[in-house]
Amino acid sequence: MKAAFDGSRRGLARALSHIENNQMGSIEPPSNYIPPDKNEWQVLGVTGAPGVGKSCLVDKIIQHWIEQGHKVAILAVDPTSPVTGGALLGDRLRMSNSDGEESVYFRSIATRKHGGSVPGVVAKMLELLIFCGWTKCIVETVGAGQGEIRVAAIADRILLVEAPGRGDGVQAEKAGLIELADLIVVNKSDLDGAQRTADEIRQALQVGATSPPQILLASAATGEGIEEMCVSIDQMVEREGSSRAKLLERVKAVHEQALLDSPQLENILEIVASGTSAEMALQALDKQSQQNTQKE
Amino acid sequence: MAAPLRVVVAKPGLDGHDRGAKIVARALRDAGHEVIYTGLRRTPEQIVRIVMDEDAQLLGLSSLSGAHAHLFPIICQLLVEAEMGDVVVFGGGIIPTNDRPALYEAGVRAVFGPGTTSTEIVEFIETVTEKTNSGESIGCGAKTDWHWGQ
Ligand code: B12
Ligand SMILES: Nc1nc2c(ncn2[C@@H]2O[C@H](COP(=O)(O)OP(=O)(O)O)[C@@H](O)[C@H]2O)c(=O)[nH]1
Ligand SMILES: [Mg+2]
Repeated sequence: MKAAFDGSRRGLARALSHIENNQMGSIEPPSNYIPPDKNEWQVLGVTGAPGVGKSCLVDKIIQHWIEQGHKVAILAVDPTSPVTGGALLGDRLRMSNSDGEESVYFRSIATRKHGGSVPGVVAKMLELLIFCGWTKCIVETVGAGQGEIRVAAIADRILLVEAPGRGDGVQAEKAGLIELADLIVVNKSDLDGAQRTADEIRQALQVGATSPPQILLASAATGEGIEEMCVSIDQMVEREGSSRAKLLERVKAVHEQALLDSPQLENILEIVASGTSAEMALQALDKQSQQNTQKE
Repeated sequence: MAAPLRVVVAKPGLDGHDRGAKIVARALRDAGHEVIYTGLRRTPEQIVRIVMDEDAQLLGLSSLSGAHAHLFPIICQLLVEAEMGDVVVFGGGIIPTNDRPALYEAGVRAVFGPGTTSTEIVEFIETVTEKTNSGESIGCGAKTDWHWGQ
């Protein structure tokens, strides 16, 4: 941890692994730590279905921010196979521009046993990165329907990426994420149907109650609209009503993490398997954790 | 349960053959490991940086263009210089038998040619894990004569 605070990349990488493996307690900032300006935000969540071009766009955002003098850290989340426990982490593939840059730290993360799209440990990893002086952090999440919304728990701002020609209407609408996005980018504007996709999203948003976010067309392939996207990201304001939803997700994420990390988890599953309701089993867990707090 | 192994699979140099690397990456994933694939055309410096940032314990290099004799030893050397001599380096592709001793000498612990089965690669990884767990150093910077298929 000390090595990480002293600016060692290897120290940072090691400390992040400790967090990932649940071998790290709470993190205190270093004594010389200067918290970032209250008006600046740090964490951008980038989400959307697989293949829409999130990684390609992230590569552009990184370039934009390092030109501004930021130190940019990226946490790219990909799913773990529930069967084998293995994972293929391929987001780096699209980041050839950033490999080797001193002011870019890129880390691939597998979801491991965490069901949602953003593992709970990511919040702690972000905390450490910010303490270590990374001024902008990007979290790219797996595009997986319902679980998607969990990104709101850890991001200050959310960029939702869509793309044309996916044939099944607007995915994010189903996930409820469209309500939370602070900016929506329809990528692959070089392909047919991008405008139509944008129109569909606009229509979907009109039905919703909150004020709609900006919708932009862009192409990571041709560079069209990328500059506008970067400018919009820097000027992005949090959507009305979304901060409560973010807080709610934050609380839910901590709660879920506590359950997944509980040494009682296996017991609970056994109790449920033997026919007791899940509700009863969880009550037993709550009692236990109350006793533990009293002991402390 | 122990944390999964983190393995970087990399394509150094200008070589554009990526079928083998992708097959190996998938085989390692199916064996329960976390595999980070770098994509094509990475420099030795970039690869070392990736291994560092990803905190990987193993590095698999794939080369079919003939540049292995030059690139693999440089990567091992850069790893050692970056204090990552504990990383286990292995490789595969079109690598003539005559070229292999020099690679082993440089710290590469296994070389797999065309037709290698996933089973064999997974067996190698298991052997690495056993050796590492029993305290034997077989990283690219370790002073050992051991290599796979001896
Ligand atoms: C398919 C192929 C291509 C395809 C590649 C498609 C692609 N995206 O991969 C195309 C047509 C693009 C191509 C192009 C060229 N090719 Co070509 N190609 C082949 C060919 C026929 C098969 C390679 C292949 O995909 N095999 C299937 C995979 C699964 O096997 P593999 O890669 O060997 O991987 C296995 C093992 O080696 C090992 N392994 C490989 N990597 C790793 C990594 C790790 C960590 C581990 C553990 C194991 C491992 O495990 C794998 C599974 O068993 C080979 C000949 C051959 N028989 O190998 C020539 C060959 C590799 N090509 C060759 C050449 C010369 C070229 C070109 C220069 C031709 C030209 N003049 O334009 C170009 C260069 C392209 C470039 N930019 O690099 C030569 C290389 C000669 C040399 N090394 O001295 C070969 C050997 C043909 C020959 N006999 O001359 N090629
Ligand atoms: N035509 C076109 N293809 C793109 C564009 N952006 C990304 N792609 C391609 O879309 C695929 C998925 O991109 P990727 O960034 O990995 O998507 P992700 O899964 O959302 O991270 C890749 O094959 C890219 O080359 C774009 O603007 N136009
Ligand atoms: Mg991606």
